[in-house]
Amino acid sequence: AKTRSVLTDRVAELFTRRQKIDEAFFEELEEILIGADVGVNTVMELIDDLRTEVKKRKIDQPSELQPILSEKLMDMLRGTGEETGIRMNPDGITVILFVGVNGVGKTTTIGKLAWRFKQQGKSVLLAAGDTFRAGAIEQLEVWGQRVGVDVIKQEAGSDPAAVMYDAVQEAKRRNVDVLICDTAGRLQNKVNLMEELAKIHRVIQREIPGAPHETLLVLDAATGQNALQQAKLFGEKSGVTGLVLTKLDGTAKGGIVIAIRHEMSLPVKFVGLGEKMDDLQEFDAEQFVHALFAGLAGAIEENEEN
Amino acid sequence: MAFEGLTSRLQNVFGKLRGRGKLTEDDVNEAMREVRLALLEADVNFKVVKDFIAKVKEKAVGQEVLKSFTPAMVVIDIVNKELTELMGGTQSKLAKSNKPPTVVLMAGLQGAGKTTLTGKLANLLKSQNHKPLLVAGDIYRPAAIKQLEVLGGQIGVPVFTLGDQVSPVEIAKQGVQKAKDEGLDYVLIDTAGRLQIDEALMEEIKNIHDAVDPDEVLLVVDAMTGQEAVNVAQSFHEKLELTGVVLTKLDGDTRGGAALSVKAVTGCPIKFASTGEKIDQLEAFHPDRMASRILGMGDMLSLIEKA
Ligand SMILES: Nc1nc2c(ncn2[C@@H]2O[C@H](COP(=O)(O)OP(=O)(O)OP(=O)(O)O)[C@@H](O)[C@H]2O)c(=O)[nH]1
Ligand SMILES: Nc1nc2c(ncn2[C@@H]2O[C@H](COP(=O)(O)OP(=O)(O)OP(=O)(O)O)[C@@H](O)[C@H]2O)c(=O)[nH]1
Ligand SMILES: [Mg+2]
Ligand SMILES: [Mg+2]
Repeated sequence: AKTRSVLTDRVAELFTRRQKIDEAFFEELEEILIGADVGVNTVMELIDDLRTEVKKRKIDQPSELQPILSEKLMDMLRGTGEETGIRMNPDGITVILFVGVNGVGKTTTIGKLAWRFKQQGKSVLLAAGDTFRAGAIEQLEVWGQRVGVDVIKQEAGSDPAAVMYDAVQEAKRRNVDVLICDTAGRLQNKVNLMEELAKIHRVIQREIPGAPHETLLVLDAATGQNALQQAKLFGEKSGVTGLVLTKLDGTAKGGIVIAIRHEMSLPVKFVGLGEKMDDLQEFDAEQFVHALFAGLAGAIEENEEN
Repeated sequence: MAFEGLTSRLQNVFGKLRGRGKLTEDDVNEAMREVRLALLEADVNFKVVKDFIAKVKEKAVGQEVLKSFTPAMVVIDIVNKELTELMGGTQSKLAKSNKPPTVVLMAGLQGAGKTTLTGKLANLLKSQNHKPLLVAGDIYRPAAIKQLEVLGGQIGVPVFTLGDQVSPVEIAKQGVQKAKDEGLDYVLIDTAGRLQIDEALMEEIKNIHDAVDPDEVLLVVDAMTGQEAVNVAQSFHEKLELTGVVLTKLDGDTRGGAALSVKAVTGCPIKFASTGEKIDQLEAFHPDRMASRILGMGDMLSLIEKA
């Protein structure tokens, strides 16, 4: 909370330090938003909106514009505001499927989420659905041991849909609260691999009607515009219900989720803030927007020093 | 939609002017705005874009764009050439020490594709009759050692490990020694992914570097990286004096503007393109193809027809 108020202060200071709203102001704002990887189209729309507001409300002080911008960004991110947290199955096993491109943090996030459920006293089972990447099954097993959760697996190279089938049967037999399914990373333009994902999804659905209750697309905060494409195509093939934004402990802002939220109304559910099991937090739109502005303050200070 | 190629963008700008006779400098400015947007949509860092546009504009105004009957073509030609040049000539050779073994150090963010690349390079070297050794220097990521061992096993290349309780600096040192003892001529050191702002881990890789004095220091960069590519490249370069860059996951549909950002910041050659998850999916990097890709210029020909 301390860092948060510091950030807010910096933003406030920035917007008051600027004397007027002119072209230079909008130009800088545009650069900062683009620098945070907010989608290019979304940035252009936002800036246009702000120009309109400035005219309509006859604003001439940057300080008056700041809350309007924050509010717009937060509105975009919040959506209807009903989708935070995991949608649990009220009568039976909750199945959560993880999907995404290579190396974004799916397996790690599964470990963290399993730990979270364990701490809430829930019983959890993991499914090692990445049978392709070298060491993927072992990686999930290490996470299973760390957090004290069993992993259902087959041999490397076996059919991931078959692993999922096994895992669902085992989850039913043990009557666990939550089954979390890992999948191999795949690029969204690989037709066969995306079909494989659709098949995995179908198998789970057939064995437990209504499942998976969440299909979470994991996005790396350092990813640029391509994340939009990821959201689109994974959405079509595996019915994504929410996003996880990882590696926010770096300096990448992950602004592309604003465009994704805006264009596809997919909520961000969690953020990853490190490689340890505690490094997972529920998404907080306000905090996220403040972090975007942290860059804004920094970059403009830098500009003015030059 | 979002990924409108530069060709059609410029077509729109110049198309409006058809039949109006000569172009003005304003027209060129408008064209530059389109170039700027195309580059931003391709994830080129905004600061890099700024410098680039300034340079291109100077050339465009200086040249016959204003007089040309096909101004879009002239602009594209200038932009394309400039981009290609910026990304450097073709260069897909690893360094080779005249005092073997040649030591290659991998560096990069988490999940960029370092371990996979390490395996791919070993495979390539082996096919050229070299004798590589893989060194498992990632003691943090769960099953990172196992991952490298599986890759080594697939291609029949030895993997040196001391488990995950010994410091990576020590592992790297002993790995190089082992290669010397056994007459192996390349040592490829895999390292853990790290954020460029993680001081402890950046210091660690610096120590590895100083302990083994590598002939090649490769920054492995995910081609989908956005604006952050500049910060990453800058920090790793300052710390390690990179000698080359490898772009990974180029088999995706990303425009890959990170290539330009990283090149602009480090000046290092982009040595390879990693284009898949399989061990043999490693290619030479082609600046000209990359330039077209960044600009979304698959539709180059159609423009010539329309012009
Ligand atoms: N700094 C940081 N690193 C992370 C975070 N989440 C994951 N990582 C790291 O990112 C790398 C890739 O994570 P994985 O969980 O293996 O990613 P994945 O999506 O399962 O990868 P594939 O299965 O190969 O597609 C690992 O080194 C993780 O430790 C995070 O929130 N912050
Ligand atoms: N499609 C595709 N996937 C790749 C490519 N290179 C690596 N990958 C995948 O990307 C993911 C991460 O690769 P790794 O080699 O584990 O990355 P890393 O940099 O070693 O990751 P950390 O050790 O966790 O930092 C894996 O799923 C790889 O299979 C590539 O060129 N194309
Ligand atoms: Mg994984
Ligand atoms: Mg690795």
